[in-house]
Amino acid sequence: MEITVTVNGQQHRRSIEPRVLLAYFLRDELSLTGTHLGCDTSNCGACVVWLDGVPVKSCTVLAAMADGKEVRTVESLAQNGKLDPVQQGFIRCHGAQCGFCTPGMLMTARWLLDRDPNPSEERIREAISGQLCRCTGYENIVRAVRWAAEHERRDEVTS
Amino acid sequence: MQVPAQFEYERATSIAHAVQLLGKYNGAGRLIAGGHSLIPMMKLRLARPEVLIDINEVAELGGISRVDGELRVGALVRHTELLDDDEVAQLFPILRDAEKVIADPIVRNRGTVGGSVCQADPSEDLSAAFSALRAYAVVQGAETQRIVPLRDFFVGPYETVVGPGELLVELRVPVRTGGSSAFLKVSRRAGDWAVGAVGAAVWLDGDVITEVGIGLSALGARNFVAVEAEDFLRGRSVSADVLGEAGRIAAEHCDPPVDQRGPADYKRHLAATLVTRALQLACRRAGREV
Repeated sequence: MEITVTVNGQQHRRSIEPRVLLAYFLRDELSLTGTHLGCDTSNCGACVVWLDGVPVKSCTVLAAMADGKEVRTVESLAQNGKLDPVQQGFIRCHGAQCGFCTPGMLMTARWLLDRDPNPSEERIREAISGQLCRCTGYENIVRAVRWAAEHERRDEVTS
Repeated sequence: MQVPAQFEYERATSIAHAVQLLGKYNGAGRLIAGGHSLIPMMKLRLARPEVLIDINEVAELGGISRVDGELRVGALVRHTELLDDDEVAQLFPILRDAEKVIADPIVRNRGTVGGSVCQADPSEDLSAAFSALRAYAVVQGAETQRIVPLRDFFVGPYETVVGPGELLVELRVPVRTGGSSAFLKVSRRAGDWAVGAVGAAVWLDGDVITEVGIGLSALGARNFVAVEAEDFLRGRSVSADVLGEAGRIAAEHCDPPVDQRGPADYKRHLAATLVTRALQLACRRAGREV
């Protein structure tokens, strides 16, 4: 079947099998390998992308379901060579160790801060509760999101 | 890498179109919405539909509204929508309690109320919560629409009364004043299925329980409900002893499965404790401290 998906603002038209999952479509068809595939069972959250502005686990969404829709992946976060505040926070606070969960964490963190610019630690932990990290123990990820929130609000984020 | 077997894909644009497609494929088509139950099953070949009929674009299946003394929850309402709806939380706190502990925030963005109920997983939370509330299911077929009490909706594990040519349109919950509700769940870790979960709804006239609903999930209760405990409570005055006895009766009449989440005697103990505590919380929320 033919599908047309807008990914990070760019329209892509591809012929696919209906059984192709969105995560594989992004990685294999569009070579956008920033989105990771971890468990492939909608548990780990490494594959989180936005579908029409809402974070979803793309291993459990058919690419066909994204036909005519907008997808946003981790590749869209940096703009004009400048990292998004959540990316800067992950660097400053050592929020990424092996980095496997990071793309999903970043996409959820960005979504959280768009809805709640000043989230409590509890709110951050709740937001990422569907995502697994096997390195950090989550402490540095939570700090990274807090860092982004604080610096974004004060507009102190530099490249 | 896990990929489903091959299938054909159709996108329905209306309820009538979805029903027409179900008829066209004559039992070979499966509806898909959030897909968070069906896609994992297809990856494991536990399900192998020849055709998937995507109903995500059927706007008439969405939305939460209050009509004629009923709360109506469209089958396509995402868990997040139900969780975030303040009117729902005010009318039926049991639903917000339950939604808070269903999977995780990202899964809740995608999974639907209708899909959860139609999956009829014996460990599913909303099936118990809506059964406690004595909700009705609106089921649409090619010729007729029928309204089925949710307590008659479940045939058994993973099986409902929805026929191959039908789809669930919405759930309707009668709104009654003078009561409240609560949902409690024990799980091993965040986002996991219940070891055991209980939803309770009570309506009071002073101290007297005029109506009550008790739903159990993952605890081996027939049709997700504890009818014997409900019958015991109706007409009695609220007290710690009475609510404790209701828990004991509910535990006696359920048949918890033995699995990796625990042995039957532990789960039966959970059933008793959770039924009593959920009733206490519902009574407290209705203004009657126990």
